[in-house]
Amino acid sequence: MKIGITCPYSWDVPGGVQQHIRDLAEALIDEGHRVSVISPADDDTPLPPYVTGAGRAVPVPYNGSVARLSFGFLSVSRVRRWIRDGGFDVLHVHEPEIPSLSLLACWVASGPIVATVHTAIPRSRILLVTYPILRTGMEKINGRIAVSEAARTTLVEHIGGDAVVIPNGVATRRYRKADPLPGWPGPGGAIGFLGRLDEPRKGLSVLLKAFGTLGAQRQGLRLLIAGPAGDPEEVLHRVPAGLRDRVVLLGQVSEEDKVRVLHSVDVFCSPNTGGESFGIVTAEAMAAGVPIVASDIEAFRQVLRNGEAGELFAAGDAADLGRAAGRLLDDPARRAGLSAAALAAVADYDWSVVARAVFSVYETVVLGRTQVAVTAAGGDFPQDGLA
Amino acid sequence: MITDIVIVVAAALLVGVYVSWRAGRIDRLHARVDMARTALDVTLLRRSSVALELATSGLLDPATSLLLAGAVHGTRPGQNNDRPRDLAESDLTRALRAAFSQPGFRASLSGKEGADELLTEVEAAAHQVFLARKFYNDMVAATREARRRPLARLLRLSGKAKPPEFFEMDDSLIAENSTAPLGL
Repeated sequence: MKIGITCPYSWDVPGGVQQHIRDLAEALIDEGHRVSVISPADDDTPLPPYVTGAGRAVPVPYNGSVARLSFGFLSVSRVRRWIRDGGFDVLHVHEPEIPSLSLLACWVASGPIVATVHTAIPRSRILLVTYPILRTGMEKINGRIAVSEAARTTLVEHIGGDAVVIPNGVATRRYRKADPLPGWPGPGGAIGFLGRLDEPRKGLSVLLKAFGTLGAQRQGLRLLIAGPAGDPEEVLHRVPAGLRDRVVLLGQVSEEDKVRVLHSVDVFCSPNTGGESFGIVTAEAMAAGVPIVASDIEAFRQVLRNGEAGELFAAGDAADLGRAAGRLLDDPARRAGLSAAALAAVADYDWSVVARAVFSVYETVVLGRTQVAVTAAGGDFPQDGLA
Repeated sequence: MITDIVIVVAAALLVGVYVSWRAGRIDRLHARVDMARTALDVTLLRRSSVALELATSGLLDPATSLLLAGAVHGTRPGQNNDRPRDLAESDLTRALRAAFSQPGFRASLSGKEGADELLTEVEAAAHQVFLARKFYNDMVAATREARRRPLARLLRLSGKAKPPEFFEMDDSLIAENSTAPLGL
């Protein structure tokens, strides 16, 4: 199938939507489909072969912050030409309610259109006020996907209609292999944590408390913490003074280093006390094959198959976490078993699986419809000669 | 003896007249600041309304329309409580500038029914904001200067009136790469 995907945000800026589109496009290509992505991008940005640049995105204020978007009649011309040259069987727009390429693509295209909504926007009047402008494009969408229940609620409340929820996938391949950071995990063993330091629901304080006990019992056991925000000094002061030199804080790390962190520890800990709908970090750790000890919140129970693919402890209970982590640290055979189980379980969340779910939405909307084409409605607007 | 009294009384009278004149001047300046502020508010409202007319005119692509409509929405008092007025108005300026500074923007709309009039009206409204804000800030500067004088401070000639605040915002529609100055 020939698939055209639109990205509203600059390709060269890191972001969840861009990452999603990249992983989806590559998974679809792996399945043998022909995929073309159009995205705003600086002219000198190296682009993968399947991405067409739509010119530089312009920073503009929108909804209280500054976003880098593509709009205007020149962008319309580029999108029209991309659709006309592409000969797509289906057009997949991402975040069509954002004033950028996806909205423009909806406006100028006809034929099978699928839309994915990523962001959950708090109920505000801005969408109601601007809805008349969005309507022409929105009404052409044949299939809607939301990446989370919250995003689905936003879509239903603001725009109407319904959507299927297809969560983000995990690019398991990217996590499978990496070199540990130099000197890690070390002879005394190591526990790892990834996540914001200042977000109480991420549960770092539960882990620090447990480490107070574990570290005292085990000579040389170290704790590796990577994540943005928070005050490193303040974090260190939450562990007993004698253990502080065995706690290493890396701050925010790049995607590559994140994978290396996962491969640098003997046990990975997800101590969240709540607020996770899926637990993407835990799934990434599973994809790295690191044995996991996680709190028994619903999201983790589900992804860890009720404890088959990782050790569970009572959420918020530092003593229980200490016992669970201790059992794993003392038992290499159990760790190897959990690692294999985690790798097998996370395959369910791999992008190849998610891409097949998305593809079945494509298959539904193309039934009985012709190819994607440029409409006459958008036709009288931009003169192609100007582009 | 009599002459001494006359001189003292005359001096007191003169001082009284001078002080009262100074107090009256400060009062008049405050009143003029209020008038200039009203004029500025009117030009801002006018700019918002023509920008919204442009956004909903169907002349522009939906993405540009959405940006403008969103920015106009943000300037409405009470709508964006977390965004101060000056920042919200600057947002509208930037949204307008992003639309108008596209190379060939006017040419792309030439020949469309009503397009030229509407674009000219938006530019004129934006230019009036620029002027009204300049006049207002000049008046604020003069008033603050008058209030700062030692005599005014000593005798509290400005009474309970708060010192007027400058209104700072980005109000330039002229893009760096544009050849035709927008406005007039």
